[in-house]
Amino acid sequence: MTIPKFLHLSQNYCKKTPYRGRGTWRTSLLLALILCGASGAFAQTVAPTDFSKASTNEKLTQLDQRVTAAQSSADNAWMLVSAALVLMMTGPGLALFYGGLVRRKNTLAIMMQSFALMALITVMWALVGYSLCFGGNGPLIGGFEHAFLRGVGADPNPDYAGTIPQSTFMVYQLMFAIITPALITGATAERMKFSGSVLFMVLWFVFVYAPLAHMVWGKGGFLNASLGGRFPTLDFAGGTVVHISSGVSALVCALYLRKRTGYPQQPMPPHSLVLSFIGACLLWVGWFGFNAGSALASNGLASSAFVATHFAAASAALAWSAAEWLKNGHASALGAISGAVAGLVAITPAAGFVGPIPALVIGVFAGAFCYWMVTKVKAIFKYDDALDAFGVHGAGGTIGALLTGVFAQQAINPIFGAGKAVGGLDGHWAQVGNQLVGVLIAWGFALVGTIVLLKIVDMITGLRVSTEEEEAGLDITQHGEEAYNLEA
Amino acid sequence: MMKIEAIIQPSRFVSVKEALHEIGIEGMTVTEVRGHGRQKGHTEIYRGREYTVDLLPKMKVEMVLPDALVEKALAAIRNAAKTGMIGDGKIFLSKIDEAIRIRNDDRGENAL
Repeated sequence: MTIPKFLHLSQNYCKKTPYRGRGTWRTSLLLALILCGASGAFAQTVAPTDFSKASTNEKLTQLDQRVTAAQSSADNAWMLVSAALVLMMTGPGLALFYGGLVRRKNTLAIMMQSFALMALITVMWALVGYSLCFGGNGPLIGGFEHAFLRGVGADPNPDYAGTIPQSTFMVYQLMFAIITPALITGATAERMKFSGSVLFMVLWFVFVYAPLAHMVWGKGGFLNASLGGRFPTLDFAGGTVVHISSGVSALVCALYLRKRTGYPQQPMPPHSLVLSFIGACLLWVGWFGFNAGSALASNGLASSAFVATHFAAASAALAWSAAEWLKNGHASALGAISGAVAGLVAITPAAGFVGPIPALVIGVFAGAFCYWMVTKVKAIFKYDDALDAFGVHGAGGTIGALLTGVFAQQAINPIFGAGKAVGGLDGHWAQVGNQLVGVLIAWGFALVGTIVLLKIVDMITGLRVSTEEEEAGLDITQHGEEAYNLEA
Repeated sequence: MMKIEAIIQPSRFVSVKEALHEIGIEGMTVTEVRGHGRQKGHTEIYRGREYTVDLLPKMKVEMVLPDALVEKALAAIRNAAKTGMIGDGKIFLSKIDEAIRIRNDDRGENAL
């Protein structure tokens, strides 16, 4: 086992250091750097084996090294697991969730879109993606300093996560970049060309996701709450960056692509809610990596986010089910899992800022609001958001981002400094305004970016399959295969 | 020889098969089918959208029998398949001119 070759006082080592979300440990880091400079020479030279014979100073140094290494190991273990959990949300989680909701002739096509993104975004991430999101310190977008993953290795990047190797942070963030465009495919389902989809997603990742991720999470980003943004928007795990951006883009895509042939007269019920059910359960579990992992450490904040995540999912599932039961006389499986996903979406920005009871409240709001969006609003405006990517992610992300401003508490996460009010519950209602700014910018950015990119892709590859191809199904026409070969 | 074609509720199929076995009828061909007669379908709601499902799942049981067995078989099917509710299904009878066992070219009732 290798121990990362760095030395600094760890965050938890000094018990008084408050937990921070995607924040920095500037103070402890500074201290660490000074220590590093002063004692750089012995950082790797003291052999831990002759501990008994060492002088007191040497023992202290060794002790410090060991504590640091132990924390780094603990944090790194959790973050690697979290990264894997977030990947699991896309494949198989989202792929199954969406796969079950389409008609059987489009099953592989929708799953393949998720899977293609696992490969495409990963390659893009290595080339420029990580650098555009987390390199440099501009207000709008990162730079090229980490292009081709230059300088990304075992040493931590103290701007973002001072206790884990930067390669862990890098691969963890990659998983977010994968699932975000994958969420959009729910709106374009059953009618978008694979070629157009691939081109659109790559461009969308570079021109919409990367700037937003940098604005909200990147150093110097002007919405970043902990790294000196002008409008500090609280977004713990991606309510704006992931859910609003993908949800709003999904709405634009649904409108641009127009309705599926036959919608809404022709019935288009889900072909296998069993697949969707498994997918939703995998999403729920994967979300622990998404939200609790966003603490970027294996600490108390991670536990708090884990708990909030779970509670919001549960109350949202109940809220959606209750609404359905009152309206239709049944609590359906599809309703319960849709509600859970809505709750998970809404708690995403709030997870590291709110306690468990506010999380329950956020879940109830999200479940009821998304139910209304999906069943009523969609019918009124007659857009064909096929699998409700906007109704769940756009709507849930928006309400979650605003409620984060209401329920965030410094007792959970003193992100603005010890003792400083964070959200409305602390009396800092202006935070709701900051949240609104973040929401509006994410909405505007996603709207404009998506329209422009759709126009461009439409000119290059075209976006929509022909009516004949649509009727035959995308599995055969786009991929030359079928999900279910009953004769085989 | 007569052919019996019984379209029954899927939930009654096992009882029907057992009732036929009890009177010594072993051979049958079974198909899962969809359809409806007088029974209306039902509505399903997915995320607020209502779908009417009017083609309901049924089982079609087919067998060709010597004339002597037909009435017994009909009684067995009727008893086992009946719930008294709309949707219990129908039985159709038709004359069969010839039957051939492929393995050894037996013909007529010998082939059954």
